Amino acid sequence: MNASRKKFHAKYFAPTLYIIFLMTPIYWLLTMSLKTNQEILSTFSLWPENLTLANYIVIFTDASWYSGYINSMIYVSMNTVISVLAALPAAYAFSRHRFLGDKHIFFWLLTNRMAPPAVFALPFFQLYSSIGLFDTHIAVALAHTLFNIPLAIWILEGFMSGVPREIDETAYIDGYSFPKFFVKIFMPLIASGIGVAAFFCFMFSWVELLIARTLTSVAAKPIAAVMTRTVSASGLDWGVLAAAGILTILPGALVIWFVRHHIARGFALGRV
Amino acid sequence: MQKTHDHKALWLVAPALLLVAFTAVIPLMTVVNYSVQDTFGNNQFFWVGAEWYREILRSDRFHAAFLRQIAFSATILAIEIPLGLAIALSMPKKGLGVSVCLVLMALPLLIPWNVVGTIWQIFARVDIGLLGHTLNGLGIDFNYTQNAGAAWATLIIMDVWHWTSLVVLLCYAGLVAIPPAYYQAARIDGASRWAVFRYIELPKMSRVLLIAVLLRFMDSFMIYTEPFVVTGGGPGNATTFLSVDLVKMAIGQFDLGPAAAMSVIYFLIVILVSWAFYTIMTREDFEPSGGAR
Repeated sequence: MNASRKKFHAKYFAPTLYIIFLMTPIYWLLTMSLKTNQEILSTFSLWPENLTLANYIVIFTDASWYSGYINSMIYVSMNTVISVLAALPAAYAFSRHRFLGDKHIFFWLLTNRMAPPAVFALPFFQLYSSIGLFDTHIAVALAHTLFNIPLAIWILEGFMSGVPREIDETAYIDGYSFPKFFVKIFMPLIASGIGVAAFFCFMFSWVELLIARTLTSVAAKPIAAVMTRTVSASGLDWGVLAAAGILTILPGALVIWFVRHHIARGFALGRV
Repeated sequence: MQKTHDHKALWLVAPALLLVAFTAVIPLMTVVNYSVQDTFGNNQFFWVGAEWYREILRSDRFHAAFLRQIAFSATILAIEIPLGLAIALSMPKKGLGVSVCLVLMALPLLIPWNVVGTIWQIFARVDIGLLGHTLNGLGIDFNYTQNAGAAWATLIIMDVWHWTSLVVLLCYAGLVAIPPAYYQAARIDGASRWAVFRYIELPKMSRVLLIAVLLRFMDSFMIYTEPFVVTGGGPGNATTFLSVDLVKMAIGQFDLGPAAAMSVIYFLIVILVSWAFYTIMTREDFEPSGGAR
């Protein structure tokens, strides 16, 4: 009894220690967001002595803060819809057919996922300025398709290849046209795949800063850029900064449970 | 799966291709265009050929940033791959513990990159950060805004914190795909723990490990936001990696020609490495035992 208990402890020691290592900085940010600035700067305490929600109230009442969240949400949602809609037929083609240049196109898409965003920052700025889309949500949404369409194609292709071809053939024999078959029969079959692809498009657009910051100034400025401006200003409002950080972690933390079995696939370009 | 030859399928790919071409090819051509021209302002450009490429390839600044980048990528790979592998091997295999582990471990991966920077910028600060405060309390001189070693240490710990979970998740996905019969056979043969790892787990995980190395190499090679937020490339130029340097040159100083030439060189390095990995990966796809696909 005692020996088996010891074994249990030894076995889970490494993962437990690792999770503690992961959670400590997040915990620190959380406690800071619940402290007053005075307490942050004057006393060093492991938990808030005067628990306050004032920092969160600042964010929810100040337009320059909460509009950052709204802007981010708008372009991230637009990007998710565009990426998944464009990726669906493409993934079907890659999973079912061989065609002219398919392998080269697949590789070319891979290179876009691997392209350093810093390379694209300046040309993106000039391209979207010249077509009058600078500082709009759609500009950021389109720019983020650079890495999200390839990702969505890969994830969806993986799920689609798990659906037997016979289903397609039976549907055609039954007189379904391709669009009708695709929407009515095929899409429900890979619904979880579409969900996973949408989640990762959302996530990668949400975490990106360099391109989003370069393409916006006021009207579409993302929350991430609002935060960096606060960092560079003098006389920092640490509590509000911490609260803003906690609020950006929430969307991921809320939905991660639903995709927990597919996380590895999403990060590995659908190749696991 | 047997695929059919159908060139009309290209039409299904067309929307995705057009969108990616718009977001990738046009900007890339702009970069190439700038990299071979010089300007005196007023939108007047003239041809300089490979001048900027020669300048960049010979400049000490590029060499220094490139070496820093290689050193950074090599360090985090050397830490994250073995660490991630070790944690994946010691994770529970079934039950509620699995889901809890997966969710908690994946959390850092879903945090916006600048917030990751902010978290560590605060956490490692000497005055208000738990890590910096504690280290200094222990008598270790740790100040990442002044000390290059401390700045490097902060960035490396931050990257380990941010991305090791990716290696864990990939390795774990590879591990659970191994049929239980393999382990039973090993037990009957009386194989040691090391033998099980060396001859069953490691070969079965080679593919996911390859993907993990590729992704960690690529993403660390183009790291920008986190060092930008934490150290801003400093102190001095100690943590000015390739992307940080490129953005300084292109947007800070507006040196279009050299910045464009550097972009092209940077991009070519990335493509070369991707191509090498892609070739290895697709070659494995055609082996009968190759992976889960």
